[in-house]
Amino acid sequence: MLDRPAVVEPIDDDKIPATFTGNRGLDQEEPLLFEIGRLDATGVDIEAPAPVVPRLGALERSAPIGLPGLTEPETMRHYVRLSRKNYSIDAGLYPLGSCTMKHNPRSNEKIARYEGFADVHPLQPQSTAQGALELMQTLADWLMTLTNMQAVALSPKAGAHGELCGMMAIKSAIAAKGEGATRNVVLIPQSAHGTNPATAALLGFSVRVVPAAPDGTVRAEAVRDALGPDVAAIMLTNPNTCGLFEREIVEIAEAVHAAGGYFYCDGANFNAIAGVLRPGDFGIDAMHINLHKTFSTPHGGGGPGAGPVVLSERLAAFAPVPFIRRDGESLQLIEDADGAESFGRLTAFHGQMGMFVRALAYMLAHGGDGLAQASKDAVLAANYVRASLRDVMTQPFGDRICMHEVLFDDAWLRGTGVTTLDFAKAMIDEGYHPMTIYFPLVAHGAMLIEPTESESKASLDLFIATLRDLALSAKAGDMTRFTQAPRLAPRRRVDETLAARKPVLRWTPCAAA
Amino acid sequence: MSDRRYSKDHEYVALDGNVATLGISDYAQSQLGDIVFIELPDVGRKVAKGKEIAVIESVKAASEVYSPVGGEVVEVNPQLGETPALVNEDPLGRGWLVKLRVSDPGECDSLMDEPAYSEFLKTL
Repeated sequence: MLDRPAVVEPIDDDKIPATFTGNRGLDQEEPLLFEIGRLDATGVDIEAPAPVVPRLGALERSAPIGLPGLTEPETMRHYVRLSRKNYSIDAGLYPLGSCTMKHNPRSNEKIARYEGFADVHPLQPQSTAQGALELMQTLADWLMTLTNMQAVALSPKAGAHGELCGMMAIKSAIAAKGEGATRNVVLIPQSAHGTNPATAALLGFSVRVVPAAPDGTVRAEAVRDALGPDVAAIMLTNPNTCGLFEREIVEIAEAVHAAGGYFYCDGANFNAIAGVLRPGDFGIDAMHINLHKTFSTPHGGGGPGAGPVVLSERLAAFAPVPFIRRDGESLQLIEDADGAESFGRLTAFHGQMGMFVRALAYMLAHGGDGLAQASKDAVLAANYVRASLRDVMTQPFGDRICMHEVLFDDAWLRGTGVTTLDFAKAMIDEGYHPMTIYFPLVAHGAMLIEPTESESKASLDLFIATLRDLALSAKAGDMTRFTQAPRLAPRRRVDETLAARKPVLRWTPCAAA
Repeated sequence: MSDRRYSKDHEYVALDGNVATLGISDYAQSQLGDIVFIELPDVGRKVAKGKEIAVIESVKAASEVYSPVGGEVVEVNPQLGETPALVNEDPLGRGWLVKLRVSDPGECDSLMDEPAYSEFLKTL
């Protein structure tokens, strides 16, 4: 049974007198700190500093700086109220999926708060941080085992940073072969993440686009046609951004290698196959792993990213410093790779320790079989949504099994006057954060739904029922539900065009203030 | 007004002597949605056939505009800086992007005329 109210009260704003405060019950209007702050208030006692002789000359500030002063409760209430306006994974299903947030198990958090992990400092003597190094080495071993790859760089701080790391290793390998001047093209499929061409361009490569086949995947034939002596690498996501598995990936890897290029696999969607398939078996050379996507570390404003990169034998020597070396009983963080081929250093220290702890905690809690189960559950959940909505919504590449996310297009909305954007906004009124829309670009009016492995069947059923109601309502011509949406959010539809054409980038005090 | 010729990437050129007025089709502007910013080339820049000549940013996406013919930029639409919406309102008229002195007017022959482009749109 669905947990839905039997009777839904109609919303009729005209019959409700406006409140005196502008608040709607406990849903409170929140002014800016600058509007509630006063110069004479403060949450802390600080002694007046001793007089100084100014040396700034004409640059010395002559008027008050105007920073808002608030008491401690006022400050706390401001941020708590703001946080309550946020939609969060702890408040409801989040169909943007692991790209933005997914469930962060509380046991991860508990372990990350252990003193030995929480208080470790990157500059303390290595002999006093052997436990932390052991944890990093264990994490690295897990990542290499799960991917069947030979080396790992833990330091990249996000997925895109990991891409950069992997592509820098490839660039170094090409330069070491004396082909730096001639191999300057990177092949990128139409459905790629936008970060792929950006990474290639940042490293001075030019991009050659590989077209997608009508079924939304990349054909080895199309890659072969694009290959040449000028190609440094291909960057391919598997499963791809349409939520489809690239079935010719092994053949693609062979073709790229035969042409003297390298294979960068964008590991953003590793969470669909972790524990089930090993990307090293595809024949890839480098792949980043978003610890937040696949191994449940917090993100989406909840925490820093971490994007370790696994490397093949061919690229292992070019891995960045620092890396860990076992020296008898002890572990050493190698900061300086003198004389080696390492491409150098990406970050000041070794990476995001707090994320390493959480990711390893997740791995150990699940075990290899549990990680495989999570991947399978993610795929099952996406296909449950797909199978439940395929009769009212349309799929751009035919009715076929998807991986961890299901892609719909807007063909089913044609003629209704409702757009993908309107549909997404109407979801807000129903209490759901919208899914990814208008990406990937290869699908017209794309709606990409990733329920993740953590939603119960009951939760998915309620979500599906809501989307079905909305879809039928759009087809029935109930326009106000869509073009006026969101009607019930703290703010109504934003005029994105005006905001982009005439942006207001700075708050200015009201005259009365 | 001379013939307007279209590319498969939805740019058009209208040739007058050896100067071509370049813009995007009505279909292209409707697909892009509200246009908020247009990056135009400098006058005097030489551009080869099929190469990027401008970037159009809409609320939905940033898209490159490729020149269907090679030539040298002789004029850019001065109004688009302030009112990029002209491309939405009148893509074939006041919303033109660039005027090019074309190096080979024959390049226009390989482009689609109005009826052929309409047919092409039906296949999308």
